[in-house]
Amino acid sequence: MNPNAYFRQFFTRNGTALGTFLLLSVGFWMFIMILLPQAFMIDFSFRHNLPPAEIGGPQDTYTTEHYEFMVYGSAAAEGEFNTVDLGVFVRTLIAAFFVTLFDLAICYPIAYYLAHSASGGWARLMVLSLIVPFWVNEILRAFAFRIMFGSAGVINGFLMWLGVIDQPYDFIRENVALYAGLGYAFILLMIFPLYNAIESLDRNQIEAARDMGASWIRIHRRIVIPFAKPGISSGCTMVFMLSAGALAAPQILGGPSSLWFTQIIYQWFQTGNNWNRGSAYALILLASTIVFVLVMMKVFKVKLGEIAR
Amino acid sequence: MSADVELENVWIRFGDFVAAREVNITIEGGSFFSFLGPSGCGKTTLLRAVSGFLEPSEGRVKIGGQDMAGIGPNKRPTALIFQNLALFPLMTVWENIAFALEVKGVGKTERRKRAEELLDLIALPGQGDKMVHELSGGQKQRVAIARALAAEPQVLLLDEPLSALDLKLRQHMRTELRAIQQRVGITFIYITHDQGEALTMSDNVAVMSEGVIEQVTDGTSLYDHPETPFVASFVGENNLFRGRVTEADAQFTVVDTNVGPIRARTSTKASLSKGDSAFVFVRPESLKFTNGASADNTIKATVHTEEFEGQFWQVFLDVPGGDKRIKMSLVNDGRQLGHAPGAQVDLSFPAELAVALPEGPLAAE
Ligand SMILES: Nc1ncnc2c1ncn2[C@@H]1O[C@H](COP(=O)(O)OP(=O)(O)OP(=O)(O)O)[C@@H](O)[C@H]1O
Ligand SMILES: [Mg+2]
Repeated sequence: MNPNAYFRQFFTRNGTALGTFLLLSVGFWMFIMILLPQAFMIDFSFRHNLPPAEIGGPQDTYTTEHYEFMVYGSAAAEGEFNTVDLGVFVRTLIAAFFVTLFDLAICYPIAYYLAHSASGGWARLMVLSLIVPFWVNEILRAFAFRIMFGSAGVINGFLMWLGVIDQPYDFIRENVALYAGLGYAFILLMIFPLYNAIESLDRNQIEAARDMGASWIRIHRRIVIPFAKPGISSGCTMVFMLSAGALAAPQILGGPSSLWFTQIIYQWFQTGNNWNRGSAYALILLASTIVFVLVMMKVFKVKLGEIAR
Repeated sequence: MSADVELENVWIRFGDFVAAREVNITIEGGSFFSFLGPSGCGKTTLLRAVSGFLEPSEGRVKIGGQDMAGIGPNKRPTALIFQNLALFPLMTVWENIAFALEVKGVGKTERRKRAEELLDLIALPGQGDKMVHELSGGQKQRVAIARALAAEPQVLLLDEPLSALDLKLRQHMRTELRAIQQRVGITFIYITHDQGEALTMSDNVAVMSEGVIEQVTDGTSLYDHPETPFVASFVGENNLFRGRVTEADAQFTVVDTNVGPIRARTSTKASLSKGDSAFVFVRPESLKFTNGASADNTIKATVHTEEFEGQFWQVFLDVPGGDKRIKMSLVNDGRQLGHAPGAQVDLSFPAELAVALPEGPLAAE
């Protein structure tokens, strides 16, 4: 359909008033809320960090210095890489990747159980007990994790009572608390796409495979997982993106000696008072997570359209 | 290889609800056996008990003489074809067919070869690389059969596999199914609520109603010698006359009905004695206009309508005190019938073609 005919049809279907409103509101949302701020960020990231007086002056030219800084560090250290920032960056991506895997491993059985084994009332109760904790504020939840994983927390207490350890283990320093906190924070974003995908699988297919002698592992490998692949990839994408971009949980639960990449971005914006460099770092994170997700989708042969289903 | 299937005193309960009641059936190895009954009578439930997806609450399921209690569906020598086929949509046709072999760890070339053989058997040669959604309804049907046969089951269980097809294809697939069964020689247990399917394909048919097996016999006996009012009213069409027994011996029973005394065959199973409430069933094709010769039974009726159906005339008649219009089917022999509505006629039928049964539940219309 050519665009002209499309618009004419759009207006006849919705009426002129409603049609105009729809177009304006969607346009507004796209432009003001999404495109414009991002465009500013991009513009920012390519400019020098100047005092307000010089902005718009002759000094205000385009530069790639902030992107270079991320890779090479300050100009003083000639020929060396910015190992601190790059290290944090890579560690953040790897950690986010494992948080995603961890969530997938936990959520897949739960989603499968909810979709195909749990009976009505029991399933509703389970869903409720998954959702209700998320009514609690994110910060509060993070502090609760901090207390739980602290040296005098229930987990250390329990492990010591069991006799597994005799000294409290420093879960915070070792980032265990952080990974657990991140994993928990996005668990629903993993469960629901998985549940939706698995739930629409015809039960008879599972029974047919079973009837033909397939083991549970084979049924999942050959029938359920291929069918649920769009759900799996949309869950994984969301969890990965959001954990790589999380800030509150790393601030509260992160070990004192390790940083999450978002914390570096935050520092440039806040304490460093260098919005330009902060923008550049944020854009690097955004671009790399997108590239990473696209590569993973290529590897697992998932199409972009399937994720949006 | 084929195996006998025996159901011994099988009861299946869901809470208080009884889905199968005291089922005793022996299905001979290598035969085509059907369960026929209206929707919700418990056919699928019984089949699930045979395939192992469900354990009977009571009683035993034996396959090839072996008690199947505690043996899961993946370990039984049965293969089930589901009401909706349940083909795997993300696999190609040949992968679907070879799935059972994949489970057994057969190598890929061997699997492919076996799949091609089965594709030949179901008359779909060379279609293995298609996806399932590229097949027509009847082709999917046949792929489901091939997939089940690949497991080399001793018993194939089919749950209304033709119900999704249109009439033409359904009739074609009947013949095809029967032919496949005879070629592979294994036991087929077939479920349907379509009596045409059951009667044309099966060696034996079990008629079910509300979890109870009403009668088990071959197709012709089922039609000619119903043993319960349910079977008489469910299989084919039948005219019903209600009354009370006035005479009964081993051969004939006389029942006093609203159209006068009717002399009817005594059912082999049921025992009727004088004074019992009884049903007499007479098929529409057993009724004739009286031609003057003496007959066992003659009744008076009023013509309501005559319908011409080409091969047959269907005549609908009212009888005094009858709660339902009766129906008569006459073969079209070229003569016009030409009874005006309201015409008084005499109908007759021989005692051998009427059957007297004890009063009991009827099939829903
Ligand atoms: N899991 C279950 N829990 C409770 N009741 C059930 C269950 N499965 C079946 N039933 C009941 O058992 C009865 C028989 O069901 P079944 O599926 O065997 O019928 P059917 O004869 O196969 O019918 P159809 O021809 O419609 O497929 C129905 O009344 C159904 O509601
Ligand atoms: Mg059924």
